[in-house]
This record gives sequence, C-alpha cells and structure tokens, in this order.
Amino acid sequence: MTTTPDLVLWVVVPYACLAVFAVGHFWRYRYDKFGWTTLSSQLYESRLLRWGSPLFHFGILAVFLGHVMGLGIPKRWTEAIGVSQALYHFTAVGIGAVAGFCTVVGMAILIYRRRTVGPVFSATTRMDKFMYLVLAVVILLGLSNTVAGNIIGHYDYREGVSVWFRGIFRFDPHPELMAQAPLTFQAHGLAAFLLFALWPFTRLVHVFSAPVGYLWRPYIVYRSREDRLGGGARRRGWDRVGERYRR
Amino acid sequence: MRVMAQMAMVMNLDKCIGCHTCSVTCKQTWTNRSGMEYAWFNNVETRPGQGYPRTYEDQERWRGGWKLDKRGRITLKAGGRLKNLATIFSSPKMPSIQDYYEPWTYDYETLTNAPLQEHTPVARPKSLITGEAMAISWSANWDDDLAGGPELAPSDPVLQKVSDKVKLEFEQTFMFYLPRICEHCLNPSCAASCPSGAIYKRSEDGIVLVDQDACRGWRKCVTGCPYKKIYFNHRTGKAEKCTFCFPRVEVGLPTVCAETCVGRLRYIGLVLYDADAVLEAASVEDEHDLVDAQRRVLLDPHDPGVVREAEGAGIPRDWIQAAQRSPVWSLINRYEVALPLHPEYRTLPMVWYIPPLSPVVDVVSGTGEDGEDRGNLFAAIEHLRIPVEYLAELFTAGDTARVAAVLKRLAAMRSYMRDINLGRDPDDSIPAAVGMEGEQVYDMYRLLALARYEERYVIPPAHAEQAHGLEELATECSLDYEGGPGMGGWGPFGEGSGGTASVAVENFHALKQRQTTDTLAEPTDKDKRVNLLNWDGKGRPEGLFPPGPGDARGAPERRDGTGPDGGTDPKP
Repeated sequence: MTTTPDLVLWVVVPYACLAVFAVGHFWRYRYDKFGWTTLSSQLYESRLLRWGSPLFHFGILAVFLGHVMGLGIPKRWTEAIGVSQALYHFTAVGIGAVAGFCTVVGMAILIYRRRTVGPVFSATTRMDKFMYLVLAVVILLGLSNTVAGNIIGHYDYREGVSVWFRGIFRFDPHPELMAQAPLTFQAHGLAAFLLFALWPFTRLVHVFSAPVGYLWRPYIVYRSREDRLGGGARRRGWDRVGERYRR
Repeated sequence: MRVMAQMAMVMNLDKCIGCHTCSVTCKQTWTNRSGMEYAWFNNVETRPGQGYPRTYEDQERWRGGWKLDKRGRITLKAGGRLKNLATIFSSPKMPSIQDYYEPWTYDYETLTNAPLQEHTPVARPKSLITGEAMAISWSANWDDDLAGGPELAPSDPVLQKVSDKVKLEFEQTFMFYLPRICEHCLNPSCAASCPSGAIYKRSEDGIVLVDQDACRGWRKCVTGCPYKKIYFNHRTGKAEKCTFCFPRVEVGLPTVCAETCVGRLRYIGLVLYDADAVLEAASVEDEHDLVDAQRRVLLDPHDPGVVREAEGAGIPRDWIQAAQRSPVWSLINRYEVALPLHPEYRTLPMVWYIPPLSPVVDVVSGTGEDGEDRGNLFAAIEHLRIPVEYLAELFTAGDTARVAAVLKRLAAMRSYMRDINLGRDPDDSIPAAVGMEGEQVYDMYRLLALARYEERYVIPPAHAEQAHGLEELATECSLDYEGGPGMGGWGPFGEGSGGTASVAVENFHALKQRQTTDTLAEPTDKDKRVNLLNWDGKGRPEGLFPPGPGDARGAPERRDGTGPDGGTDPKP
C-alpha cells in the first residue's frame, strides 16, 4: 500500500534530485570550468589538513565502494558465489565501521580547522557552510545506520533500501520498500538525495575531476595554438570561407 | 631529430643593480589581483640569501625537479605517478604562505578618517590574508642587499653546500642580484606533476602555460617546480605562473620585465632544439656534464641540416632567421658565457645567466690593484674561491672550472676593450688566452656592453595564419558580447567562477573599475595609468609617470572637467 507522501518522498524527490544532479553538472561544466576546482586551502594551513584531509578522503572513498557493493550488487549475486549472510554482514560492518570512523574523524578535523583557522574561515562561502552541514548530516546518519541497523537492531537493507535504490535507475520504483525501512535509513536516503541535488553547485564537483588519467598520459603535454582553432566558440556569422557547417 | 623552437632569455647578472623595476612592472601587469598578492612571477633575490620562497633551493626538503632512479632513468623527485596521486589529498611538500610571506596592505583610511587628536594617525599594516592588523616580519625580498647576513645566510641552501670554505666575515662578504622568472623548461617538472594535464608547453614557442579551465587545483605543480615559480591562487583555487608575456611576445614585443629593465641586462631570442634529445640530456649521470649536455640540445641554426629539418617541422622561415640572429643562441653557444640556473634539477631551464664578474673585480680594486688588468683578474678568479664556488653551485652543479672559464672570458673582454678604448693597440694574446678571437670578443662586447634594443630582443611575431589560435581569440567566450554574462562580473559562485576573460577584456574591466571606484585600495588616478601589457616601449605616453609638481599647474583641463588633479593629491 503506497500513500501519496511515500510516492513523493521515495519516487518524485529522488528523480527530481537526480535530474538536478545531471543537468546541473552539465551546465556547470559548460558554463563554469574556471570555477571547477578543489579550492584547496593548504596554502593557509597544513598541520591539521595533513591529518584531516587524507582521513576524510580515503574514508569516504571506502564508504563509497561500500555503497557500490551494498546498494549496487543484488543479494542473490553474492549468495550465488557462496558469500553467506554472516560473512557478508561481518565484512560490511567491519570495513564500514572503520571507514565510517575515519571519515567522521577526518571531517571533524576539517570542520574544526575551517572554523578556527582565520584565513580558512574567511575563505569559506555560504554555500560551503551549507554543503558541510548537509554532508555532515548524511555521513552521521549513515554511520548511525551501520550502528543501529547492523549492530543494535537487524534490518537487512539489501532486501529493502538496495532494491528501492536500484529500482530508481531501472525505472521500476518501489516506494513501499522505503516506507517500511527504519527511520534512520529513510532520513539517510533522503538527505543523500538532497546532497545530490546540491552537488553541482558546490565545490564537491571536484570529485568528477579525479585525475586517474594521470597514470598513463605522457609526462609533458605539448599543445599547439592551432589546437584551439574552433575549440572556443566563434561568433555566429564569422565562419571562414570553406568551413563546414557546424551548427 | 625533431626540431622545435623555444623562446628563451639570458640575463647578464653583472649589470643587475637590484632595482626591482622588473618585479614591480610584472606585478602591475600580471599579479595585482586578490589571491595573487603574495605571488611575484618575477622576483629579484640578493645572493647569498634565502630566496623566495625561503630556502626553495633545498630540494632535499622541497623535493622539486627530477632525479635519477637506481636504473639511471629520470623520475620526479617528489615521487612517481602513483605516489603523486596517493598524496593528492594533502600535498606533503607544499610551501605555506608563511614560507613565501604574508602579504599586507596599509590602513590608509585612518590617515584621513581619524578624529582630531594629539598624535599623527598612522597607517597600520593589515594582513591581506586574514584582514587583521599584523607585524611585518618577512617579504619577497626581506633580505635585500644584506649579502646573507649572519642570521639569514646559514639557511641559504647554496651557501650550505660550500659552507666549509665560507667565513661570513665582513671583509670577505660578496653579493649580487639574481632576477628570476619561470624558466620555461624544456623538461618541465611542473607539467609532469600536474595530475590534470593542465600545464602545457606551447609547441610553437615552448612557453609553458597553465590552462585555467583545466586546472583543478591539485597543487602538485607547486611541489614539482624546483624553482617554485608556480603560484597557487588562493582565491580562485588555480595555479598561475609567469606567461613569458605571451600576448606581447606574439606581436614581437619583449616581455614586460625585459622591456622595463633599466640595466638592459635581459636578452630574448629563439633557440632551436632537438626535442628527441631532451630526455637523454636530462638523464646524464654526472652532474658536471649536465651543462654541456643541455648546451648540445640546442641546435646550431646556421647548420643547413638543422635548417632543413626545421623547415620540415613546419617552423616558418622568418622564425629560422630569427633563431640565426638570436642573442640567446650567441651567448649560450657562440661565446659560451651563459649558464643555466641549477642544471642539476634536470628540467633543462631556458632562462640562462651570465655569472657576475663584479664581486671579483670589486675585491681586486679594493686591494688597490688595477681591477681590469688581465693578470690581476685571472689570478683573482683562481684565488677567490668563495664567489666562484658559490656561482658554481648556482649555475654548473658545482663545477668551478666552468664558471671560472666564463668569468675569464668576461675579464678578457674588459682588458681587451680597455686597450681599444684607450687608443692602444689591441692585445690579441688576451682573447687567445680564453680561446677566442679579437673579432669575437668585440662582437660579444657589442652585445653585452652596448646592448642595443634590436640586438637584445630578436622576437619574431606569431604568424597571421595562426592568428586564430592566439590566446586572445582562443579564450574568447561566446558569452562575451557587449553586456553579456561573459563581460566581466562574477559568476554565480563568486569571483572565481564563470569563463576566463581574455586579457584585453580583463584589462578593460580593471581600468573601468578603477575609474568608477572610490575605495581605499584603488587610488582614483589609476584610470590614467598606462597599460604596460601593450605599451611598446616607444615614446612617453601620457600617464606613464604620475604628474609632477610642474605638471599640475599648467596642465590642460582633464576630460572629466574636474580641473588639475581633481583633489586626489597627494597620492597614497
């Protein structure tokens, strides 16, 4: 039985947020490449950053991989290769707790640094503060899920939240699964989608510039001035004679 | 052989008087923006001294440049690709703002706003980083003219290498100035360190630039550059660096630092080099062989084989001719008096230096002997080990013989030309003693001492058929129509957002803003300032110098109708 609020919260809101996420990134990349940066504050302060930043970033990377596994891989796949519920549970809680702990500690250091180090604080925009708030809420709720859903209580998210999450991308929404989930899971999911909607308008866009291509590109990049020919937009009506129709 | 052209510079340190005009004009042109207050694309250091940022030459600490690994291949000193990515969240070897200096301004407003009081109000220094009042304790040239000094000199990384011979006694001190810009290296370690691939070398003229749209602020280049000539703009979160004034060079004008150099000590010209030989030259095992290896990478533009290859590689005819007339080529490979700065970093720097003879001459003259006599000078070069060893650590990776050879050539030129100037017969044994001929010495004298504008700067303009690629056009944004969103102003994410503006547009807006603003940091007379970026050095345009006392009275009426000075004097 699906009520209207459930439909709004677990179908309409996710799709709306994902739409903002996708279109927002496209627009930001087209319009604001110059603003697409990590906006590092290491120049101001590095003693706290040295601990906080790697803790947070490596932690959140592990958390992300955990989500890929927990949300992305159906339960019957892991069962098919012989991973028992107990084994899965043990690994997920173990790794998840460590990664979550690192992330939270790193985040605490980073937020403390941002607030107390003068130059860093004055370089913080309002959007940064809002983003930090939402991000912290999402992370804390997520960690509480690990504790509440796996250690204290018993909620098998792989038969509830995960199925709902995959359903969104298969255009096969199951709002009723979320409606039955514990409150912290509901809150975590909702806050996460809010964060997705916020994502393209914050400095979080730097996630998509993760420079993995560095591993195999040549060390020295040569670029010709002619490379840019036609790369930037020429004004309409100013194409050169003989140029092919581009628009 | 793969021939490429490189815009290069030589600085004649003998003539540098440390006036900092180059630094100031460069700053006015490129880095007088918030976020770049602490950055000097061109700075002048007093050596011995710690440099800017402090002790940047200590690569055991800062890990810049390249090194040879166990198998004899060059690798980034800061670590390979994997290590580079693994440390991306917190760069372990990045200088902090305190290693440069905390930039400041003065609270000039107090001077006019302070209430009537017994004491004269004071403009206190205010940090441009925190906005708080601060005590100034360091700057980009805080140790200017100190010749090291007993407190600072022990931290000079170059001095440390020769320290067992150096006694910092007053009678034995020496000093000279070292102006530095980006080296626009043939093997740039900043570009190799950039995870985003945003730093590139222009294949036409070898100028190393940062693509502001592709830079993501990973700040690895700051570590990678051993000369610390990449600066992190803390407002926009992007790396910025010396551009070799490419908008000027493209139209055949010298860089701003060179144009405004009062000592006429900078030389700009093309060199042709073999791109295939770069890696080999950078990987030479013995550090003392590096200078020779780097000289050999540069190709003789008069060699018909080289010319043929260059034409095959698409280098225009007039560029090849410019390379043949290049003063840089002559100073490096014909007269062999220019040396690269820190060849041991293995980046193949392309700003070369003629080491200063002056410390030696000064010492000889100080003893009452004839400072320009060949015998005295040659003997002094041999015996004054301290300056020579210091110079060798800077320019030849410690090979004193090579520095001494250059200094002897410079000394020989002085002695030889003195005879001619005094009307005596030239003594051809002097050039012969340093392996040169009289005619050659005279040519070198012309280039070094007369240093005519057309001979110092041989800069072929970029080609019209390449004009569409010129940066001014290439950065043009489709939103840059009059009144459009690209025409200045901030994007939705603050001043660091939105497309990049072309230099012309940026200047236009900067000037317009200055015309209309009445805030403290921007004096109202700046609208009449000359834009050095497109001043060609000819004549004396109006507004080049602030109005003197004589101008104020008889000056013609200003176009804004406020009459002489409009109440803006005295200037802060």
